Amino acid sequence: MPTDFRPADPGSVGNRQPETSGADANVVLVAKGIVKTFGNHTALDNVELALHAGEVHALLGENGAGKSTLIKIITGAYTPDHGEISVDGVQVHFTTPQQAQSAGIGTVYQEVNLLPNMTVIDNLFIGRQPRRYGLVDRRKMAREAHRILSQYGLDIDVHAELSTFSVAVQQIIAIARAVELSGKVLILDEPTASLDRTEVEKLFEIVRRLKARGLAIVFITHFLDQVFELSDRVTVLRNGRLVGSETIGDLDRTSLVRMMLGKDLAFVHAELAADDTEPSSPLMHFRDFGRSGSVNPFDLTVHRGEVIGVAGLLGSGRTEMARLMFGIDTADQGALNIDGEKISLRAPQDAVSQGFGFCPEDRKVDGIFGDLSVRENIIIAMQAKLGWLQALNRDEQMEIAEHFIEALDIRTASADLPVKLLSGGNQQKVILARWLATDPRFLILDEPTRGIDVGAHAEIVRMISRLREDGLALIVISSELDEIVSYSSRVVVMRDRSLVAELRGAEINPSSIVRAIAAQDAEAAE
Amino acid sequence: MNPRYRPLAATTLIFVVAYGLCILQYPGMWSTRILGNFLTDNAFLGIAAVGATFVIISGGIDLSIGAVIGLAGVVVAVLVSHLGLHPIAAFGIVLTMSAVFGAAMGAVIHFLQVPPFIVTLAGMFLARGLASILSQDSIPISHPFYKTIMDLYYRLPGGGRLSAIGLLMLLVFLFGGLIAHRTRFGSYVYALGGNPTSAALMGVPTGPVTIGIYALSSLLGGLAGIVYSLYTSAGYPLAAVGIELDSIAAVVIGGTLLTGGYGFVFGTLIGVMLQGLVQTYIVFDGTLSSWWTKIAIGVLLFLFILLQQLVFSAHKAGARLKKAAA
Repeated sequence: MPTDFRPADPGSVGNRQPETSGADANVVLVAKGIVKTFGNHTALDNVELALHAGEVHALLGENGAGKSTLIKIITGAYTPDHGEISVDGVQVHFTTPQQAQSAGIGTVYQEVNLLPNMTVIDNLFIGRQPRRYGLVDRRKMAREAHRILSQYGLDIDVHAELSTFSVAVQQIIAIARAVELSGKVLILDEPTASLDRTEVEKLFEIVRRLKARGLAIVFITHFLDQVFELSDRVTVLRNGRLVGSETIGDLDRTSLVRMMLGKDLAFVHAELAADDTEPSSPLMHFRDFGRSGSVNPFDLTVHRGEVIGVAGLLGSGRTEMARLMFGIDTADQGALNIDGEKISLRAPQDAVSQGFGFCPEDRKVDGIFGDLSVRENIIIAMQAKLGWLQALNRDEQMEIAEHFIEALDIRTASADLPVKLLSGGNQQKVILARWLATDPRFLILDEPTRGIDVGAHAEIVRMISRLREDGLALIVISSELDEIVSYSSRVVVMRDRSLVAELRGAEINPSSIVRAIAAQDAEAAE
Repeated sequence: MNPRYRPLAATTLIFVVAYGLCILQYPGMWSTRILGNFLTDNAFLGIAAVGATFVIISGGIDLSIGAVIGLAGVVVAVLVSHLGLHPIAAFGIVLTMSAVFGAAMGAVIHFLQVPPFIVTLAGMFLARGLASILSQDSIPISHPFYKTIMDLYYRLPGGGRLSAIGLLMLLVFLFGGLIAHRTRFGSYVYALGGNPTSAALMGVPTGPVTIGIYALSSLLGGLAGIVYSLYTSAGYPLAAVGIELDSIAAVVIGGTLLTGGYGFVFGTLIGVMLQGLVQTYIVFDGTLSSWWTKIAIGVLLFLFILLQQLVFSAHKAGARLKKAAA
């Protein structure tokens, strides 16, 4: 995990509630002895959670720790096998999300949140539109929508479709909806995952304001800095069990990480810092490679056994570069030479047949086949490479799948489980396994650690280093500079759709990358 | 203009231009008489297509519409001609029966998580089979009430007649539009078509809504069957074969996205009218085989799907650029 760029400043959490011991007076929601099993997999085992009015309560845990399951139980999407939930001291049994909503519990989900095909008004009011003479009162809704959103500093066209707004705005709309609807408990599931720093600041400001209004806010995140910045209390889950519930003041980063993992992260860093060996022979050379309107021409030589880190801001052309290299978009200029031979990439199949692999940024949309099993997801690229005539039989498939499940430590009850049931980190590993099964020589990873938590994060980072030692060439795009620094043998920096800098050796450190991104070096100008 | 209005605008434009061209060739087509006949001849299709619009906006499909029309017609004929019931009572029974039939399909789709394609395909066979068991042949209906209704019309300026069933279709479209855009149920239908998981998490009662959508579709199928029996003064088990596909075509031509989430009831009216226009043109021409209607519909459908793809992919690309620039 990254060392702090912005050390958690305890002073920034200004109006922290003084934790009056045993003050059950302002407890809003209590969940006790919650047990939930899926088949023979126990997702939650005797878990407890107590939320107080006017607090931000961080809910932490690794992938598969049971955070999502707990949230789904509190919000009525799942019913627990055992245990009880009470709101304001009254025991409740939610069987649908509506019931939880009307009991005062609102949720902003991480990925599926709103309805992009409908207007802002619809998204704010669906399920409870005001009516006049039996018909929906659109004028009143528009007025209300403006009033509600102005509390959040948003002045937008409420008649426009939701999909026309940025993720940050959609996020605020989701929060506004949840607060309007519930007003007691607000659950934020990874709200900052796709926001940039200023958007995060804005979101935190809103959360603090809602806290001051007396809401109990559950904050789920994998950014530890944000936990310290925003929350008052922390509850940690591990493997479906409660590890502990602490006031934030009683914790430091190390103890928090230890709670989450049951181990320290130090050894991960030690392991990664070591490697500085020069890469061996060149594998391929992208010369003047580019596509108008997407990425300006760049030159890049890739060697066997090296990791090239790609840094840059969102929208700097990092992902576009990856798409170009994998043949998803075709280059309209320049050439690619592999082992001295000129290769043209017209489609991803061409790249696959050259031994390329690509783990996309948005694994839910572009990566996994959610309804297919883990086995099928692992096999698919290999099968595509072999061609459909040489079908692998089930036993062969099973063998390969089992091998990678073990090798990459993919946590799944069985290889035949639909992959959508796995946690984010494990899905990422399945995608990695998919490409490793094809025995690739070049892997492109776009934000491989986004949206997955500390433990899985460290594992993925370790895996990258291991693959490099095995002689693979890797290109890894990441927004986390510490991460890039830890595994890259070279770092290229993208800015405004151009490759603007290439850093080696001692130059590879967060501050010089930041300088290159920010274009503070005079000679970096084009 | 909001890009999602483009397909609808295009349909309307094509209808106006096509009608204009028809009039240039056959000036006789510019009369309220023709317009009135348009409405009367396509009343049953239009009514059924309103139901199909809701189903498709919700991301589903209903293949049983034609069969429900056939069954409804036969049941009305049996009740009126064989059992001597008054048509109004028969209508009540048939409409209730149709709604229950659709609700049952909706329940299976929701609770058993079976794709609507399969469920309504089964519904189609069931309804068509039932109709054929009730009667193999066409059953004439000669109740005086039928004659009364068919003689009812409003005289339009220019000598055209707005028949009772034509008016009924317009009313169904009006109510359909009102339901789609101005009721909670309507917004739930769009929500379901946009993303059923999000909709459920946002508190949309997906079960009742799914059941309601298919009940509405079959109810309007039943109404269309009644209208068809009025129009032909008979109930015939093989009536309206393939009408479900014609109504799906009308819906898509009218600018509704086949994958759900976007669409307009008004667009469907234009879609139906466009089909009627092609038929009328062929009648005026007199030399063309009536199958040219199908060819024309095929071409139009293809054009519209192409257009929607262009509009929506341009829309998405635009959104992506905006996001990247942000």
